[in-house]
Amino acid sequence: MAKKILIAEDEANIVASIEFLLQQAGYELRIAHNGEEALREVGEFLPDLVLLDVMMPLRNGFEVCQKIRENAQWKHIRIVMLTAKGRQSEISKGMALGADAYLVKPFATKDLLEQVRALLGAPG
Amino acid sequence: MSGRARLALWVFGAAATFAGVVLLFGVGLWSDLNDAERSVVAEVLDAHSATAIALALLTLAILGIATHLLVQTLIGAPQRLGEEARLILGTNTEHRITPRGGAEMRSLTEAINEFAARHGALEREVAVRVGAATERLQEEKNRLAALMSELTQSVMVCNIEGRILLYNQRAKQLFLGADRMTDSLVGLGRSIFAVIERNHIGHALDALRTRVRRADSAPVVNLVTATRSGQLIRARMAPVLGAQAGSAREITGYVLTLEDVTREMQAGYRRDAVLHSLTEGSRSSLASIRAAAETMLLHEEMDAARQRQFLKIVSDEARTLSERVSAAVGDSGDDLKTQLALEEVLALDLVQAAQRRIGQQLGLTVSCAALEEALWLNVDSYALLQALSHIASRVQGRCAVTDIGLALERAGRMVHLDVVWSGPEIEVEALSEWETEPFSASGQESRLSLRELSQRHGGESWYQHDRGSGTSRYRMLLPAAQPAAQPAAATAPVAEGRPEFYDFDLFQQSGQNAQLDERALAELTFTVFDTETTGLDPAAGDEIIAIGAVRIVNGRMLPNELFDQLVDPQRSVSPESKAVHGIDRAMLEGQPRIAEVLPAFARFCEDTVLVAHNAAFDMRFLQVKEAATGIRFSQPVLDTLLLSAAAHPNQETHSLEALAARLGVHVVGRHTALGDALVTGESFLKLLPILAERGVRTLKDAREAAQRTYYARIKY
Repeated sequence: MAKKILIAEDEANIVASIEFLLQQAGYELRIAHNGEEALREVGEFLPDLVLLDVMMPLRNGFEVCQKIRENAQWKHIRIVMLTAKGRQSEISKGMALGADAYLVKPFATKDLLEQVRALLGAPG
Repeated sequence: MSGRARLALWVFGAAATFAGVVLLFGVGLWSDLNDAERSVVAEVLDAHSATAIALALLTLAILGIATHLLVQTLIGAPQRLGEEARLILGTNTEHRITPRGGAEMRSLTEAINEFAARHGALEREVAVRVGAATERLQEEKNRLAALMSELTQSVMVCNIEGRILLYNQRAKQLFLGADRMTDSLVGLGRSIFAVIERNHIGHALDALRTRVRRADSAPVVNLVTATRSGQLIRARMAPVLGAQAGSAREITGYVLTLEDVTREMQAGYRRDAVLHSLTEGSRSSLASIRAAAETMLLHEEMDAARQRQFLKIVSDEARTLSERVSAAVGDSGDDLKTQLALEEVLALDLVQAAQRRIGQQLGLTVSCAALEEALWLNVDSYALLQALSHIASRVQGRCAVTDIGLALERAGRMVHLDVVWSGPEIEVEALSEWETEPFSASGQESRLSLRELSQRHGGESWYQHDRGSGTSRYRMLLPAAQPAAQPAAATAPVAEGRPEFYDFDLFQQSGQNAQLDERALAELTFTVFDTETTGLDPAAGDEIIAIGAVRIVNGRMLPNELFDQLVDPQRSVSPESKAVHGIDRAMLEGQPRIAEVLPAFARFCEDTVLVAHNAAFDMRFLQVKEAATGIRFSQPVLDTLLLSAAAHPNQETHSLEALAARLGVHVVGRHTALGDALVTGESFLKLLPILAERGVRTLKDAREAAQRTYYARIKY
């Protein structure tokens, strides 16, 4: 069975590329456009990994990350945070709240794919 | 009872006693007579009764006149003298009493007249001196006023209660009413709290006290505040210290230097906004463009429709980016009232202030753990304190805790400031509310949220809960600071008293070279110095290892004009010398050599009179170097050892310790060159009036007095 990835990102233009690339790589995908939707999808879709944008409407990425980590059943879910700020303090906060990796926009798509592969192994 | 009545009573009593004795004698005689004799006596008395009565009356009259004369001499004359003396003392100082009466009274009167003459002369002298001093004071005041009015900054001086004691015109203009028309709130005796928020001043004063207690070299605190008319003011607060010396120095007031930084802050904020918009704001668009382009390159096989989709993304995002660049330049600032006043604070001070504040306001017990001593932050300490109080009060409200902890830890270029407590986990929703609701201090217009505060500091903040131990932690990531160099621990004596960055009397100096010998000692400029050496004999190769000096100008030692330099002697230090000054070879390595130090010292004491204790010793060490360095100390030299002997010829010892003890000079840091120079300088200043009493007033007098003393003949 293919590994599942949830893309939580409100910018459609970046989602288009990430979605295409990960599909081509063989992962099963879901898209969430805001923080609330992301949490709902985590419960329903039960992804293996979440690509989590920090700046999202309704709930920001930090809150979603914290919520995921509050639930013991979701312990296995890997979290990769995407941020447009890239300040060291923000990265520290993300890692402290339980993210597994951090990518600062604009990132290389190669790095994204490598990061996902490193955390999940082969697509399935 | 008056003196007169008392005297009359005495005389009357004496007369009555005498009459009684005569009567008793008569009665005694009468009882001793037989009847025949008694009839004879009666007959005689009968025949001469008129004569007897006349005699008695005469006696009474004589007695009366004598009493009157006695009263006049013994009571009247001293009373008159008293009245006249009081007249001289009170209304007419020129009045003199005409000597009258006996020799004693005349002598007393003359003494009183002499007293009156001296008293008059003294009063005139005092009046002249008070006049001169007042004039000097007035001149200084005028110069100060001129100086203040020329300053481009606004200056206010306040006492500790916040009353304005001194201000310049600019300060007044700065705080005009909201419509810029009504009267300024600044005036003599008015309260500073009318223009700057009370809590703000209180916090700054607390910080200032901490810095003064720690003996910082420049204890100042910065704060930023908004005026009623909406300007932003940056104020720099410096302490005015009380007169008493030592560690117990109290802040009795403060000087506020104020600057309108509204434009500067607006410009700064706009710059930040542009920068933010161009960097962080562009990242999203750049990410989309990059991802789209890389995807197309990676999957060249993709169909035309999908290719067009990605090309459109690139085109759209590029346009967004262009628009953002144009917009960024036109962006204006936002709420300027919440500007931060970033300054370097010792983290320990901040945590301790928070400990006190939270304890007082919320009644919580606050513990501080693992505090690193030399951790500095670059933060707005006032806003941060409010933030910590805000967190503590929310924690208290939700978890009903009675104690919380504060912790500090360095993390690279940032510092973790943690609020720690035990209790149930806080839900993300509640926490989000804590972080976004603006907290306020009493009466404070500006309001900030925790999230904004962190961001303005370029930091972050978050909450973590450890389920195992049940401890919660709210962590703030704040920028660490590299503090300005702090003075080394007080090895050198801390300069006490009023800082002497100016001396207005210098305007009246008439040049130091002309007729130096005839100049009064009190108006000369002196360099008081001392040296430490490797040993006692320069001829045998002993060298100078330290020179310390202080300047005396217009009878005042200038604690800020110091010379303090160690010297590498390029030889060993004798154990005997080391025992005295505690300096060994290792401490001198890397210090400049004498050939570099002497020119600097010569410049320091140029055109001044040199003063040293046992000057001959120090001068010999300097003179030995003349040939090698070409530096000659040809100025006049005074020796406090010799001057001490001239001032107190009957004292046995004139060592620096004995001299200082005799004159009541407080000895600090002895046996360092600078410490000894300071003690010598202070002793010298105290010797001057004693020497003046002995007629030693000019430089020439002093040199001659020194030569006459016994010690002058000792050769070193």
